[in-house]
Parts: sequence; C-alpha cells; structure tokens
Amino acid sequence: MELQPHQQHHIKLSEESLQKQTTTLNLGPTHPATHGVFQNIMEIDGERVLETVPTIGYIHRAFEKIAERRPYYQITPLTDRLNYCSAPINNMGWHMTIEKLLGLKLPKRVEYLRVIIMELSRIADHLVCNSVVAVDTGALSPFTYVFQHREKIYEIFEEICGSRLTTNIGRVGGFERNFTPASFSKLHSFMETFPKMMKEFEGLLNRNRVFMDRCIGAGPISAERALNYGFTGPNLRAAGVDYDVRVAMPYSSYEDFDFKIPVGTVGDVYDRYMVRNGEIWESYSIIQQAIEKIAKIEEEFPDQKNVFYAPEADRYHIPPKEDVYTKMEALIYHFKMVMGEIDAPAGEVYHSVEGGNGEVGYYLVSDGGRTPYRLHFRRPCFIYYQAYPEMVEGGLLSDAVITLSSLNVIAGELDA
Amino acid sequence: MALTNEIIQQRLTDKFGEQLTEWEQPYGLLTFRAPAEMNLKVMQFLFDDEQLRFRFLTDLTGVHFPERKGEELSVVYHLHNLFENIRLRIKIYVPVEKPDVYTATKLFSGANWMERETYDFFGINFVGHPNLIRILNVDEMDYFPMRKEYEMEDPTRRDKDDEMFGRG
Repeated sequence: MELQPHQQHHIKLSEESLQKQTTTLNLGPTHPATHGVFQNIMEIDGERVLETVPTIGYIHRAFEKIAERRPYYQITPLTDRLNYCSAPINNMGWHMTIEKLLGLKLPKRVEYLRVIIMELSRIADHLVCNSVVAVDTGALSPFTYVFQHREKIYEIFEEICGSRLTTNIGRVGGFERNFTPASFSKLHSFMETFPKMMKEFEGLLNRNRVFMDRCIGAGPISAERALNYGFTGPNLRAAGVDYDVRVAMPYSSYEDFDFKIPVGTVGDVYDRYMVRNGEIWESYSIIQQAIEKIAKIEEEFPDQKNVFYAPEADRYHIPPKEDVYTKMEALIYHFKMVMGEIDAPAGEVYHSVEGGNGEVGYYLVSDGGRTPYRLHFRRPCFIYYQAYPEMVEGGLLSDAVITLSSLNVIAGELDA
Repeated sequence: MALTNEIIQQRLTDKFGEQLTEWEQPYGLLTFRAPAEMNLKVMQFLFDDEQLRFRFLTDLTGVHFPERKGEELSVVYHLHNLFENIRLRIKIYVPVEKPDVYTATKLFSGANWMERETYDFFGINFVGHPNLIRILNVDEMDYFPMRKEYEMEDPTRRDKDDEMFGRG
C-alpha cells in the first residue's frame, strides 16, 4: 500500500499496522461499560468482535494465602470481599464449612434465619445484575427503582449485624446475636412493598420490545458448552440445566422449602435476565415460607425465641458481649478464641452453597491447627468468565458489553 | 440403582486395580489417590463410562506439603456426576523438582484457567496446556507464592510466635 503524505511525516507507524484492516480496542480495565475492573483486548472489524483476550487479576488480594495465617473466625471478612453483592451467602457458606468440619448440627430456627439472610442477599444480587443489564441497554430508570429496595435489604442486614455491604454476618454455630424486633419489622415492611416494585420493574422490561430485541440472541452459550466450562448458577440454568446446589445438595434445611428452579433455553442475555427474575420471585417465596416456619416454631416452643446459635458450638462461637462481661465461661472462651487458642480438628472438607452467581465452594484442608493448612475458594465467576471470548466472538461490540453485565462477573470474586 | 461411593470404588478398582490407593470417605466424599501420570486416564474413564458419568469439573487446585519428600505438590480434582448428583475427589502427588502433570483442558474447557491459577500459585507444570502463563499475579513474578516457604508476613517478626501466646 502506498503511504499517503500525511502518514509518512507525522506518526511513525510500522508497515503492518498501516496494512491492518481491523482495529485493536482496549476495553478496560476501568471503563464505564464494564462495571468493575475487567480488561479485554479486542480485535474488532467495524462493530464485530473478532477476538478478545481477557486480562484478569487487577484486584487480586491473595486471600488464600492470607487465610493460611488467620484463625477461622477471622476468615469470614475475607469471604465478604469475594462476591460483595451477596456477601452474606459467602459468610454462611464459610460458617457451614467449619460446622461440617466440626460436625455441628444447628437448631432449625437458626437455619431458617440463615435461609432468610441468604435469600435476601440473593434478591439484592440479582436486582443489581438485572438492573445493570437494563442500564447497559440504555434504560436507566429501572436501576433507580430497584436500588430503593436493595437499600431496604441492606437496612435489614445493618439491623442484624451492624454493617451493610461487607457484612461479616453470623458466626460458627449460628449468629452473633439474636434478631431484634426491629429487624423483623423491617423484614415485614420489605415483604409488603417488594412485590409491587418488582412487578413494576418487570413491567418495564420483560416484554419491552426494545429490550427484547436488544437481548435475545446476544452472547448465547449452549448447555453442553456451559457444562464443559464449569458454569453454575443462573448462567448455567439460563442454558437449560436445572442444577442448583440448594436442591442438589441441600444445606441449612433447604429441603424443607418448596420452590422451583427457573431455567432458560438458549443461554443468551435475555434468558439469563429472565432466570434471575424468576429466582427473585422464588427467593421471595422462600423467605415467606421461612418466616412462617419460624413463627410456627416459636408458637410451639416459646423458649426457642432466644435460640440464635447451637449450644454445642460454644467452644467456637464467639459469645455475646454481655455474657463475656458477666459469665466466667463466656469470658474464657472469648479470650481463647480471640487469642487463637482454639484448634480445629484435622480433616479435609469440601462444602458448597448456591451463591448469587453459582456454586461457591470452600475446599478446606486442616492439619489440626488454629488456621487452615490450605483453603481454596471455588469462585463461580472465575470459572465461567473464561467462556467470555467464546460467547462474544463473532457478535457485536455492544452485545459484548451486555453479555459481560448479564454474566454478573464480580471483580472481587474473579480475582480473589 | 443409585450410584454410591461403594459402586464407584468397585468400578474403578475393576478397571485400574491396585494403582488407585488411599481410598477414604472424609465427610462422605469419596477420595482416592491416583499415580500422577494416570490422572487423565482415570478422568477420561470417569467421563466416558456409562455408569459413572463424572462429566463436570467442580474444582481443581493445588496443595503444598513441603515435608513429604518426593511428593511435595498435590493436585486435587473435584468431579461431579450431575445425573446421579454425587461428587468425588482425586488427588495426585508430584515432586517439587519436576512438577509435571497432564492437562485436563481437552476434557474440560473450564480446566484452562483453573490450571493456570494452580500453575501461577504452585508452579505445577500442566503438560499440554494451550496457554500456561500466569493469570492473577504479575507476569514478572519469578516465584510461586502459595508454596509454604513464602511466609505471609516478615519472617524476622517474632511478636506472633507461639511463645508470645504461652503456647510454645
């Protein structure tokens, strides 16, 4: 190709780059359309994505290494920072891993309270994801609607554990304190107002022609490929596989609840959106059932009202502060736990829970010391984000953006 | 008939005989050890066999045991049979001087990044991997940080030693 005069004099470009017919686009690591620290180096031909190479690790914080030096109760805050959109599920998953190692059985009331917390955070997680898909397709107002109710969920968390986003909620064996009457009244007010908002949100998007045209067929993945890539959670179910850890390997008494697993067919952005919406309604119904079950327990056994942890867990459960100041045993256990005097038994455990994005697993190797010998987090985002190039190559650049947001890749979980 | 740990163990023993060892069931999860060079053969059999059908790779990670001479590094696979809903765990051990393990990427596309992560942190060399480069750490790093010889904190620091807590 003959170089034009202006090309010859101003910028010294290599011969190949002038010959090249495609454009290299660096999307990220910080970009308004990526909602998190993701970098993709894309080769685009006009609007078509020919190739994309994701670079990850920008917020890697070495949690697995840090965990090898921390007593068990100090690892809970690390799990908060994996998927920070649904931190309580990670916290509960970690407590349950230790409970499995210790062989603890929790009272039903505590397990139902945990179910309420986990389903509330699943609703918060899916609300963020779905409203962000809407934002990326150009609809900003649904996002502002759902954030009011996400705020209400965070107020419930705040009432229970004192913090909102990175909750550090619960302890090994149960909760750090009982639910206050205020937390129940906040929960009831959320349950009253939520369906109206959710219907409005769905009314804005579900059968919206513009939204449907934008999402249907964008970033699809077949069930076979999704399984081969190790997809779990809503993204796998959108492809048509009804694998849900809550049903497959029930934990925390999920077997007592009656709920459906929504599934999609082709695994595109619209299916993922609809599966998440369906799950929000199922979570809502699970919370309702849990509230009823707790009320029934309290009616039958009034003394159960004050049960918020398993009594046999008292060597591992940090005692309530008022007990520490008034009871000798509580003071001793508190001291021993905080000073790292409590050893866990040796053993090897894998436990997983259904997180906001899929199977959150904890592979724990304990050599009997006060810290884990090795702790590995199975992070669903890390595993399914590697399918991203396959899902977007050949599609439009704008589809790549909504595919990323509909996969709900959370940078904290991706990089650990 | 529902698939149980005993049936899986029997089926694998029929196929591979004495080569699979250290059968355990910690917390109900069937666990065994395979020779390092046989990892792919075992996983391929578990994948293809019409009765076993372990076709989902749940997790793949490494563990470092510096005191086990000749088998310092371990690779742990968690496989899941989604039809019968049962998991199992395979462990293989390799020496730290020559940590060569065959890659599972041909069997499971999802193993790609999991193996890169395991390489990144433990230095396990997955033979045949299409793109075995660091994934979470910086490319310039010249050591494998999850190995036990790298301390979390300043190794000269004494204030967190056991004797400071009346334990030592």
